[in-house]
Amino acid sequence: MRNIALTLLASALLFLSVTPSFAIDVRAAVLRVDYQTLLPLSRYDLKPDDLGFAGAALADQDNNTTGSFMGHTYETLQVSAPPEEADAALDRILGEGIRLIVILARAEDLLRLTDRAAEEGALVFNAQAPDMAIRDDACRANLLHTTYSYGMQADAVAQFAVWKKWTDWVLVHGSNPPDVALADAFRRAARKFGARIVEEREFEDTGGSRRTDSGHVMVQRQLPVFMQDLPDHDVIIAADETKYFAEYLPFHLWTPRPTLGSAGLRPIEIHGGHEAFGATQFQNRFEALSERYIQPLDYSTWIALRAVGEAVTRASTADPMGVRDYVISDQFELAAFAGSKVTFRDWNGQLRTPVMLYDGRLTVSISPQDGFLHQTSPLDTMGLDRPESQCTAFN
Amino acid sequence: MKTAILASALVALATAPAFAGKAFVSNERSNTITVVDTDTWEVETEFFGGNRPRGITVSPDGTKLYVCASDDNIVRVFDTQTYEELPSLPSGPDPELFIIEPSGKRLYIANEDDNLVTVTDTESRTVLAEVPVGVEPEGMGMSPDAKWVVNTSETTNMAHFISTEDYKIKHNVLVDQRPRYAQYTADGTRLYVSSEIGGTVTVMDIAEDGAPTVIKKLTFEVPGVLPEWLQPVGVKVTEDGSRVFIALGPANRVAVVDGESLEVLDYILVGQRVWQLGFTPDQKYLLTTNGNSNDITVIDVEKEKAIRSVQVGQQPWGVVTIED
Repeated sequence: MRNIALTLLASALLFLSVTPSFAIDVRAAVLRVDYQTLLPLSRYDLKPDDLGFAGAALADQDNNTTGSFMGHTYETLQVSAPPEEADAALDRILGEGIRLIVILARAEDLLRLTDRAAEEGALVFNAQAPDMAIRDDACRANLLHTTYSYGMQADAVAQFAVWKKWTDWVLVHGSNPPDVALADAFRRAARKFGARIVEEREFEDTGGSRRTDSGHVMVQRQLPVFMQDLPDHDVIIAADETKYFAEYLPFHLWTPRPTLGSAGLRPIEIHGGHEAFGATQFQNRFEALSERYIQPLDYSTWIALRAVGEAVTRASTADPMGVRDYVISDQFELAAFAGSKVTFRDWNGQLRTPVMLYDGRLTVSISPQDGFLHQTSPLDTMGLDRPESQCTAFN
Repeated sequence: MKTAILASALVALATAPAFAGKAFVSNERSNTITVVDTDTWEVETEFFGGNRPRGITVSPDGTKLYVCASDDNIVRVFDTQTYEELPSLPSGPDPELFIIEPSGKRLYIANEDDNLVTVTDTESRTVLAEVPVGVEPEGMGMSPDAKWVVNTSETTNMAHFISTEDYKIKHNVLVDQRPRYAQYTADGTRLYVSSEIGGTVTVMDIAEDGAPTVIKKLTFEVPGVLPEWLQPVGVKVTEDGSRVFIALGPANRVAVVDGESLEVLDYILVGQRVWQLGFTPDQKYLLTTNGNSNDITVIDVEKEKAIRSVQVGQQPWGVVTIED
């Protein structure tokens, strides 16, 4: 009965001018799991304290502006916890009665937390983990992904390289499991788009500190030697998800070639220099609120909460499964400053989104590239397409 | 032989518009205004138009040209005959689009950065009011009786109906993603709102008291063009309301819609990334600004055909015409 009423209301809304007929107070939470990590290679990559949370604050502000015309309010709790306290933190959030939760965590923790949330009927947005399995055979019915996968990143880079006719690749990858997973996505992308990996090399992570005085002297001697004696190639494809070596590659190669992937030309969801598609105003709003430039985790968190806002505005539901069903339906669309609308794939809950290619300063290009066609959406040329995905939770 | 020449001259005379005119095109990238003769379609001149000129309009008497200089945070004013710059108007931050009331007194400006519509007095050059609206206000339309200003907000995705009597919002209508432009018919009974990312145009009937009712959403389909590229932006309606022209952005086409049946009749191929549209005063021609091919396309309104294109400055954004 309630469902029928909601449907009627939703369709009525389409054809009525908006009158704040009834109030909805939307409560959500962002749970960020803070891991012990080494310092980044560059000080520019130090993590701000409000990473992710600042995106939530902007989403609340944007949603509340719209809500002020609709009689809706939005409030998002911001919780951070070390991995060993993440489960307790989630229980506190659930204990508050919150059933819409954005999680910033690694895949393993994410899945455990998502399953706990499922017991309480909560919907989870993955705004951080790029792993393929959680979009494939380990997908969950209450888990949507607003960040991109390794596959989408690799496919975005591969399309650009192929468009440039840079089809002979040397793949250099790190030795940590995430590096290996990203390398795997690049191998798959090469097969998918007709590039050739002429040689692969693994740059072993031997540990140790990242910050040493005059460390560049050794890098300058070691890396070119590591990169010599390669067959003819057009580009270096770097897979260094743990970010310990690739940033040194572009100017320490033996043979001068462009680097793409984890260094040089990188796939990214958003960056502070992006201005096209009306993003300037988005950047200005973000910077006014947080006093820093936006980072990808802020953006994926913002998208998750804006998607909730759209469901509330247009389908008048803040019910977790109501939100899920609306956002994976063909009714849902969201303008996210990337040139075309973003939607969700109804077979695995993955956000269908363009991927920017970025040189550290500017948006160089945006994939999908011209000429990569698809029967449903050109965005589905990146990542796990319907026939490839083993996910059955959404059936 | 002589007769033949005379005859063709006569034909040319007969089809020539009664008044000579000119078009002003704002070039977002080159920071200039291009002046195009609407008889010969030759570029007359190009002059500095402020930093990042976008929205462009003229005073109802045709003497003053108003330009949203987005990066200067002001509205620049130029003499439409001498192109001399006149004292600027305060606009609030990042002005993008605006609309002037028929009396020429008040200018309503969308401030994309501040979720505001600023009302500026063009005579005293002062701000009369700031109206809080949704996130990223952009499109501005005005009812022919000047009682209503409609603002569209690109992230909130609403058309806000602002009363020009007390500057209060009286109606909000939810439309599809990223609404860019609002256009009333000349009789004020209908309003068209384009949604760039949603790919639709929402059509509303307007009651006598100004209240809107959504009656239809127009959608578009062009064989061989990805649906994602059908991004409606500029909208213009002929004086009699019979034809609606809709610029479709990166689809490089202008849709022609029957104002009665609300069916799409045709798609006219124009330059690349077509955003804004402007009629010549006699409505014989419709001009389109094509941001990625740096030109304007001239459409013959009666024939519904593109007849020529004119190179202008870099990344043309908006266009307005006057009788000379």
